[in-house]
Amino acid sequence: MARTVKLLVGSKKGVFILASDERRRVWRLSGPFCENWPIHHVVGDPRDGAIYGAGGNEWFGPAIWKSQDGGSRWTHSSRGLAYSEGETPIKAAWSVALSHGRLYAGVEPAGLFVSGDGGASFEPVQGLRGHPTRPEWKPGGAGLILHSIVLDPVDAERIWVAISAAGVFYSGDGGATWTPRNKGTRADFLPEGQRYPEFGQCVHCLVKAPGRGDRLYQQNHCGMYRSDDGGESWTSVEAGLPSSFGFPAAAHPRDADALFLFPLNGAEQGRFAPDGRPTVWKTTDAGAHWRGRSAGLPQGDAYFGVLRQAMATDALDPAGVYFGAGNGAVYASADEGESWTRIADNLPTISSVETLVIDA
Amino acid sequence: MTVRCDDSRPALVRLPAPLTALFPGAPRVVELPGGSVGDLIDALDARWPGMRDRLCDSTPAVRRHVNVFVDGARAKLDDAVPPGADVYILTAISGG
Repeated sequence: MARTVKLLVGSKKGVFILASDERRRVWRLSGPFCENWPIHHVVGDPRDGAIYGAGGNEWFGPAIWKSQDGGSRWTHSSRGLAYSEGETPIKAAWSVALSHGRLYAGVEPAGLFVSGDGGASFEPVQGLRGHPTRPEWKPGGAGLILHSIVLDPVDAERIWVAISAAGVFYSGDGGATWTPRNKGTRADFLPEGQRYPEFGQCVHCLVKAPGRGDRLYQQNHCGMYRSDDGGESWTSVEAGLPSSFGFPAAAHPRDADALFLFPLNGAEQGRFAPDGRPTVWKTTDAGAHWRGRSAGLPQGDAYFGVLRQAMATDALDPAGVYFGAGNGAVYASADEGESWTRIADNLPTISSVETLVIDA
Repeated sequence: MTVRCDDSRPALVRLPAPLTALFPGAPRVVELPGGSVGDLIDALDARWPGMRDRLCDSTPAVRRHVNVFVDGARAKLDDAVPPGADVYILTAISGG
């Protein structure tokens, strides 16, 4: 059966959807959806095509949006998506993830919520909420946000989250208990002698390699890292990249050794593509070597960045790779990052890009 | 102003368009029994489930960028809504 590829784009002014057939040459844009709310992250459920968006509106607070008809009609809910009276209220939802019939939502100030009824209502994941390190978590530039939720496709009890700037935390019991998993990752913004803390690192993006293994990758404020033991220890894999600083990371759908990055020129140098030449960097050997690919991307005078959730791959063969930029452009590669085509332009600032492949 | 003890005139509540857009069928103007601002918002939530979460945070308080005016005065959750009051719920200047 023919399949449709959808790019789910979260932006500062609502959700947009780009759709194509399996050739991924011609794309149709629809949107904006979600009443033009800032939407930080959008994911789709390949089982039923449902789409979930995490956002927050200055007037009306946080909500998880849902569409069950491909994006035409949306509902929203924040039932249960709240801290206790007297605590700092939740400002926005920043991330969503689906697995094993559960919908997880990460929020600002950092916390994790779970829904067992498809996003109609939520309850807090108490183990993280009450974690003893929580009073010491510090906000990053975007706030104190829980932005990455990594779920094990096999074991529903295994969850990793990433918080800026608290680091990576892991639960092996469905969220009841959590341990920091940041050994080997730097915090260059701390005084000398304190730069490898147990927690407090500014992780920018956390992804899991495909398959049953324990391989994770993280783009950090201070380096690029790989873990082969579920985050218990991390190894720097930034040698060969033009910069150790960037936001997104996108894993290949089948090859655990392949990863895509969009390095920026540096945390204190403007945070745009080095030399104004956007380039996607790819490894096929787990970070031992990196190759930059820019065919089809602007060849100069392009000073945009790509945010932490704004790069994704699809599950087709060859894999498609996509990213959305701060200037509202969306770029697509149908050949595993070797060449690129701009498929949308002039959208609002793009916060996130995810893929959804469904039967046409 | 004289308020009769048996005065049961409803408050006239005006809702902002960005709010009613989130709740299909919600009108821009609605009559609700008085009490307090919190009571009024509870009544809105009873008719359109979820509306309280849009107007109030978990502090609990009216959201920072939402303003409630009762007979011309900015009001908080505990403030009274007299019978027949004119109530405006407005979105504040915000955004980018």
